[in-house]
Amino acid sequence: MSLIDVQNLTVRMGGNTILSGVNFRMDQGEIVTIVGPNGSGKSTLLKAIVGALRPNAGKVVRQSGLRIGYVPQKLHIDPTLPLTVGRFMNLPRHVSDAAAQDALDEAGAGALSDRQMADLSGGQFQRVMLARALLSKPHLLILDEATQGLDQPGSAAFYRQIEQVRSDMGCAVLMVSHELHVVMAASDRVICLNGHVCCQGAPEQVASAPEYRALFGSGTQGALALYRHEHTHSHDEACAHDHAHDHSHDHEAAE
Amino acid sequence: MTLLDDFLIRAALAGVGVAIAAAPLGCFVVWRRMAYFGDATAHAAILGVALSLGFATSVFVGALAAALLMAVTVSSLSGRGYAMDTLLGVLAHSALAFGLVAVSFLHGVRIDLMGYLFGDILAVSKADLAVIWAGAALVLGLLWWRWSALLLSSLNQDLAYAAGLNPRREQMVLTVALALVVAVAIKVVGVLLIAALLIIPAATARPFATTPERMGIVAAVLGSLSAIGGLALSYQFDTPTGPSIVCLAAVLFALSSLSHVIRRA
Repeated sequence: MSLIDVQNLTVRMGGNTILSGVNFRMDQGEIVTIVGPNGSGKSTLLKAIVGALRPNAGKVVRQSGLRIGYVPQKLHIDPTLPLTVGRFMNLPRHVSDAAAQDALDEAGAGALSDRQMADLSGGQFQRVMLARALLSKPHLLILDEATQGLDQPGSAAFYRQIEQVRSDMGCAVLMVSHELHVVMAASDRVICLNGHVCCQGAPEQVASAPEYRALFGSGTQGALALYRHEHTHSHDEACAHDHAHDHSHDHEAAE
Repeated sequence: MTLLDDFLIRAALAGVGVAIAAAPLGCFVVWRRMAYFGDATAHAAILGVALSLGFATSVFVGALAAALLMAVTVSSLSGRGYAMDTLLGVLAHSALAFGLVAVSFLHGVRIDLMGYLFGDILAVSKADLAVIWAGAALVLGLLWWRWSALLLSSLNQDLAYAAGLNPRREQMVLTVALALVVAVAIKVVGVLLIAALLIIPAATARPFATTPERMGIVAAVLGSLSAIGGLALSYQFDTPTGPSIVCLAAVLFALSSLSHVIRRA
C-alpha cells in the first residue's frame, strides 16, 4: 500500500480553483519533487496532505499510522518571541533531551540547541526545522521550498543533508523546489503541477515532456536534458552537482 | 476583622490578581501582534456595562458577554476583505461610542462613567475580589492547559495543523481568555487602559527573557510590581489609581528598553 494516495483532490479558495482533480501516490522511501510555476498550487497541495487545508473535493488517503514530518515554506519568528532551539524542539510535545539532540545531530544542527531561533542564519534555521520534523521518526518527510533564501552552496548542502537523512532513516521525501537542477539530480520522480498534474514520471521523462516544456520553456529544459543524458549514472556522486552547474551555465551562455 | 477589611489591601490584591493573569496573556497578544484586538475587546466592554446596568444584571457578566461577542466577531470577520487594523478600528470605536450613548439613556441610574473608563480599584469589594481571582485563576488555567499548543499555533499555523492541533480552536481559547481578563480588569484599570496592562509588562519583560515561559513569569512580576507601586503612588500623591498603575508600568518599560540598549552598546 502507498504511504499517501491523493485522489481527485480539488481545492478552491475565494472563488479561485487552486487545484483540480489532482491524483498521485507515494511509496515507501521515494524522493518525489513537485515543480511548477508560481501560483500553481504546490504549497496548497502539501498543505492538503499534512491536513492544514480541507479539500473541496477528493481526498488524501494516508497509510494507517503514517507519521509525517513537515517543514513549512517560510517561518517568520516575531522578534518579540524569545525562543531557544531547544524549546522549539519541544513544541508542542515534550521530548527527551537525548531525542532532541539526536534529531539536531541528524539534521546537522547539533551545536545549536542553546541558541535563540531569531539569531540563526538561514541555513541553520532550516536545519533546525528539519530536525524538528525528524523528531517523530517520520515515514514521510514533506518540505515546502526548504532552501528558499539560501545561497547555492547552502542549498546544495541542505539537499545533501536530506539525502543523508533518507538513507539513515529510510523515510520517503516529498518536496517542492524551484531549483530544477537539484530536482533532476536528486529525485526518483518528478510531478509537474499547474493546478493539475501536467505530467509526472522519472526526471528524464518529465524534462522532455511537452507539458513541462510549455511551463518552463525549452531553454532550461534543454540544459537539463543534456545534463541528465550525460550523467544518468553518476547523479549520486557529489561532483555531479558541479557538472550540472557547468553545463547549464555553458548552455545559457551559448544562447 | 480581617486583613481584607482594609480597602488598600483589597485594592492591592485586586491589582495583583489582574496583573498576573494579564501578563502571560499579554505575551501572546504581543507575539501574535493583536494589541488592537485587546483594545477592541476592552472597548466593547463599556457597551456591555451599559446594557447590564440597563437590564439590572451583573456588570461582570455584561462586560464578559460584550467582550466575548466582540472577540468572536473580530475573529470570524478577519481575513474577509478588510485589513485587520481597519476592522478593529471600526469595531472598537463603534462599540465604545454605542456604549457611551447607551449609558446616556439610562435614567434613574446614576452611574459614575469615569469609574468604568478608568477603573475604581479603591472601591473593590470582597465579592469583586472573589470574581477577580476566580477569573484570573480561570485564565491562568486555560493558558497552562493550552500553553504549548498556543505557542506552536502562534509560531505557524501549518506546523500546528501538521502536529494535529487546530489553530482556530487555540485562537478561540485566547479570545475567551482575553474577554475574561477584560471583564475582571474593568474595576481595576477601566476599559480604556486594559490593553496597557496586557502589553506593557510583556514588552518590558522581553529583553530579560530567553524562553517564552520566562517572559510570561517576568511579565507577571513586573505587572504585579506596577499594580502595587501604582497604588502606593496614587495614595501618596492623590492621583487616579488606574492611570498611576499604567504610568509606573510605562516607566518600567522605559528603564527596561534603556538597559537593553546600554547592554547592547
